[in-house]
Amino acid sequence: MSALLETKGLHAGYGETRVLHGIDFSVEQGGVTALLGANGAGKTTTLRAICGMVRITGGEILLANEKIDGKATEDIVQRGVAHVPDGRGTFVELTVEENLRLGAFLRNDRVGVAEDFERVFGYFPRLRERYRQQAGTLSGGEQQMLAIARALLLRPKLLLLDEPSFGLAPLIVQEIFGIMHQIRADEGVSILLVEQNASLALDIAEQAYLLETGRIVVSGLAAEIRRDDSIRRSYLGY
Amino acid sequence: MEGVLHQVLSGIASGGIYASVALALVMIYQATHHVNFAQGEMATLSTYIALTLINAGLSYWIAFVITVVVSFILGVLIERILMRPMNDAPVLASVGVFIGLLLIINASTGWMFDYTIKTFPTPFSGGPVLFSGYVSGHELGSTVVTLVVLIAVYLFFRHTKLGLAMRAAAFNPVSSRLVGIRVGWMLALGWGLAAGIGAIAGMMVAPIVFLDPNMMAGILLYAFAGALLGGIDNPLGAVLGGFAVGIIENLAGAYLVGTSLKLTVALVIIVAVLVVKPSGLFGRTVMSRV
Repeated sequence: MSALLETKGLHAGYGETRVLHGIDFSVEQGGVTALLGANGAGKTTTLRAICGMVRITGGEILLANEKIDGKATEDIVQRGVAHVPDGRGTFVELTVEENLRLGAFLRNDRVGVAEDFERVFGYFPRLRERYRQQAGTLSGGEQQMLAIARALLLRPKLLLLDEPSFGLAPLIVQEIFGIMHQIRADEGVSILLVEQNASLALDIAEQAYLLETGRIVVSGLAAEIRRDDSIRRSYLGY
Repeated sequence: MEGVLHQVLSGIASGGIYASVALALVMIYQATHHVNFAQGEMATLSTYIALTLINAGLSYWIAFVITVVVSFILGVLIERILMRPMNDAPVLASVGVFIGLLLIINASTGWMFDYTIKTFPTPFSGGPVLFSGYVSGHELGSTVVTLVVLIAVYLFFRHTKLGLAMRAAAFNPVSSRLVGIRVGWMLALGWGLAAGIGAIAGMMVAPIVFLDPNMMAGILLYAFAGALLGGIDNPLGAVLGGFAVGIIENLAGAYLVGTSLKLTVALVIIVAVLVVKPSGLFGRTVMSRV
């Protein structure tokens, strides 16, 4: 397996505040990589850096061996990176249908898009029920489903998920992660998953990295990290 | 009673003009949260361009189309060159640029085309035609043109991919970038569309009020009143507000305050809306769960 995404010595931050201090990690083709860490560790910033949403002050980001750091967000999306941002990024004023159409904005294959609409409705039947509804009226869980569906409609190579479990009831989280297992099996998309809920993330991921205040402190196979009691106790707290 | 009918009908005709300009204001307001004070002067400049083309011997409708296209391009250029650097600037700086733009365009139209009042041709036969002579050919024609424009704009935003992308970019720029929409260009397109709509409004109103560099000053005020009345963040509301202001203005001018105080009506509406219901009659209420 070759790496789809690779960061080398990535430094990034907001204005004067530096958040990432030289991060190296990679996302393998067609698997789930988890990025774990406490609040403020730099997980969300890492995802934003990949999408060109924060200032990168050093290092580089390679997507399929091509440099993407310094490029505009729109150009990075065009290369097949779909980002489900924290807060879900719902277009609350628009309908569910319009939200989904926007997900497929860059595509011109009408037939393929229509098929993909059916496929995401297969994953998330509730979105079909809510099709004409204003997206702002959806529940948090439904908005998370909408955000994932919107991202899948790009037919991305790389899917960035920022805390899909955030603020949701445990039952809904279970439902969404169940669907994510299915997506991982069906779609052949590589996923970079950011989560605070480490046990949930390690269940679905092959690779995992642990971030602490802008540095990677542990990396390895998810299964091994799960078994390692000392890591669990000192970093993951469960 | 017949007099009232006449006032209402010609109110609808001028209301269509206000509705168009109000729509142009709202389009830019939705995307930038600023009111483009130069919208009226941009339309005046466009009308002068049309007059120049017509005087050069072009037929009215060819001049009309060229004017709309040129205005669209000018609108895009203004956004790209002047407004783009102001993206992150404080509100007052943007307002300053808008007012500067107003003064620059106003002064340069006066300088290029002089300040004398000019007549502007209408493609619609002049005589009173409809409702036993209460509506002139131009009033009817310009109402039809503005309605066609408004419906076309509505269909564009509702039913095209580009229209959807422009709405998305106005509502949520960050998420729009994440689905690959070039937000900056959507903004520029919005400016272009607003300039094109303004140009049509200018060409429709010029035969009635005559063309001079300050032609749109009063109309911008009525349009602003209409936009506020309908809800500055609601395009459909702004259009309805524009028509309402046209009718109110005409009725008040005929029966209440007299023609010399007509413009005051717009100001009264503006103050009244801001005091009583700042979100306007159809102000958007977005439901959202937290």
